[in-house]
Amino acid sequence: MTSRLSAITLNTFREAVRDRVLYNLIVFALLLVASAPLFGQISIGLERLILINVGLSSISLFGVIIAILVGIGLVAKEIDKKTLYTILSRPVRRWEFIVGKYFGLLLTLIVNTAFMTLGLYAALLVTAHHLNKADLLLLVAIYCIVLQFMIMVAMTLLFSSFSTPIFSAIFAFALFVIGTFGEDMRNFAAMSTGVTRWLATGAAYLIPNFASLNLISRVAHDQPVDGSVILFNTLYALLYSAALTAGAVLVFERRNLK
Amino acid sequence: MHAIETQGLSKDYPVGFWKKKLRLALKPLDLQVRVGETFGFLGPNGAGKTTTLKLLMGIIFPTKGTARILGRDYRDPEIKRKIGFLPEQPYFYDYLSATELLDYYGELSGVSSEVRKQRVPELLARVGLSDVGSKQLRKFSKGMLQRVGIAQAIIHDPEVLFLDEPMSGLDPLGRHEIRELIQGLKDAGKTIFFSTHILSDAEALCDRVAIIHKGDLRGIGVVNDLRSTVAGKSEVIWEGAHAAVMARDLLTDMHITGETVRGTVQSSDLDRFLEKLRHQHARLISVTPLRGTLEDYFLSKTKEEEPVSS
Repeated sequence: MTSRLSAITLNTFREAVRDRVLYNLIVFALLLVASAPLFGQISIGLERLILINVGLSSISLFGVIIAILVGIGLVAKEIDKKTLYTILSRPVRRWEFIVGKYFGLLLTLIVNTAFMTLGLYAALLVTAHHLNKADLLLLVAIYCIVLQFMIMVAMTLLFSSFSTPIFSAIFAFALFVIGTFGEDMRNFAAMSTGVTRWLATGAAYLIPNFASLNLISRVAHDQPVDGSVILFNTLYALLYSAALTAGAVLVFERRNLK
Repeated sequence: MHAIETQGLSKDYPVGFWKKKLRLALKPLDLQVRVGETFGFLGPNGAGKTTTLKLLMGIIFPTKGTARILGRDYRDPEIKRKIGFLPEQPYFYDYLSATELLDYYGELSGVSSEVRKQRVPELLARVGLSDVGSKQLRKFSKGMLQRVGIAQAIIHDPEVLFLDEPMSGLDPLGRHEIRELIQGLKDAGKTIFFSTHILSDAEALCDRVAIIHKGDLRGIGVVNDLRSTVAGKSEVIWEGAHAAVMARDLLTDMHITGETVRGTVQSSDLDRFLEKLRHQHARLISVTPLRGTLEDYFLSKTKEEEPVSS
């Protein structure tokens, strides 16, 4: 089982690495990070703050774009091009295929994030001429960005298991935007009454809470992050992505592949 | 134990806006393929051949019925270690090289890395792709892809092979190469189940064939037996062109050279036709029964009316 899972994971990673679209995105993202010091020159003394904000936001946004663009085709493309036929005629369980695909895309995003993180630190070094202890805090925000990716990949995979790539992309991006404003939704629920309160509360808990996983602003202002926040964020991302992946498996297990 | 056995395997698809109508893709299919046999599954396009193969591979689910492969339920993942599959007009991951693709599929089939290191180059040599093993598949021609397809189907040395239209869309040279490969597998004792609408391929390779049309199994048997079941024709040669005019209604084909006439007559009409020749005082030279072909049998079965369901 582990051999088949790792084979599917590595093949998914290999596919993404050999896709030129991915390189275009990464180069664009690195350019954005590299140009951050220029933004900083507009406001004297705020170079570091702007560089971190732009850098981390780029890592997050481009990761999400890659997760959606690659994720929506993970299953649909295999069905469309019938490459799945030669996979499912082997001793590969359908759930292994889905989980392998999940880990493959997540691995792609982690490697991509690692490269972009190096770019961000290089930009910081160029701007400040040295790195200090506070800069290590960026890794906490980057870790939480990876947690966001865990959920995004599972979400696009779920949509991809039953919908067309275009609709999958629309659903996934819409949920990302809604989830980014998850805190506002909870505040709205708290202020509401009656049925609206119930519905808003249900929706607020159902949609992925990307707001809680966004620590960019906090680390940019050198505010410490409590260990419990990291722990709860990790548990939340693990459970949420596991539930979404399980949903994708359930759909895919029953699907006739035409 | 049969290599492949289906029991009432059927498939229909809901169609229409409300998905309330059903389109029948495969009527309940009962079929047995013996171990070591090369079995041809013949039918025109859209007959249900690919549907049957997809069902057996677990790509789609049957509406009713079940199947067993080498005595085990076809859904058992372990049985898939013993089967190989070549889909129709296969498309492979074109960002991989042939070597990488075979290595990947070998790993998925549970072949150890030591065995793969040895078997992948061997297989590439066997299908004549040794010199392009490191080339990405996007640069391969259709014939080369088909050979990669055969190689991926046998990377784990399966006992039963399912080949969906393996010669379809290939030029005569490509068809010959694939036919040779299949013949080699047959000689190695593999059970081969292959679907095709190219009857000459089936006639050359198969021990037994089944004819499927509109999702319905129309006939099954040994190729030679099936040919003999087709109502045969006889070739009659005689002297006396004037007799041809009188007996023209019984002839399906006729050529006149001077006074010598060569005509084809349905075997069932042969007695009546010879009687007419005698009446016209024609001189009979020869009567030769013509052998039925698989094509005759195929056409007779695919032109049969569907049984009226009550």
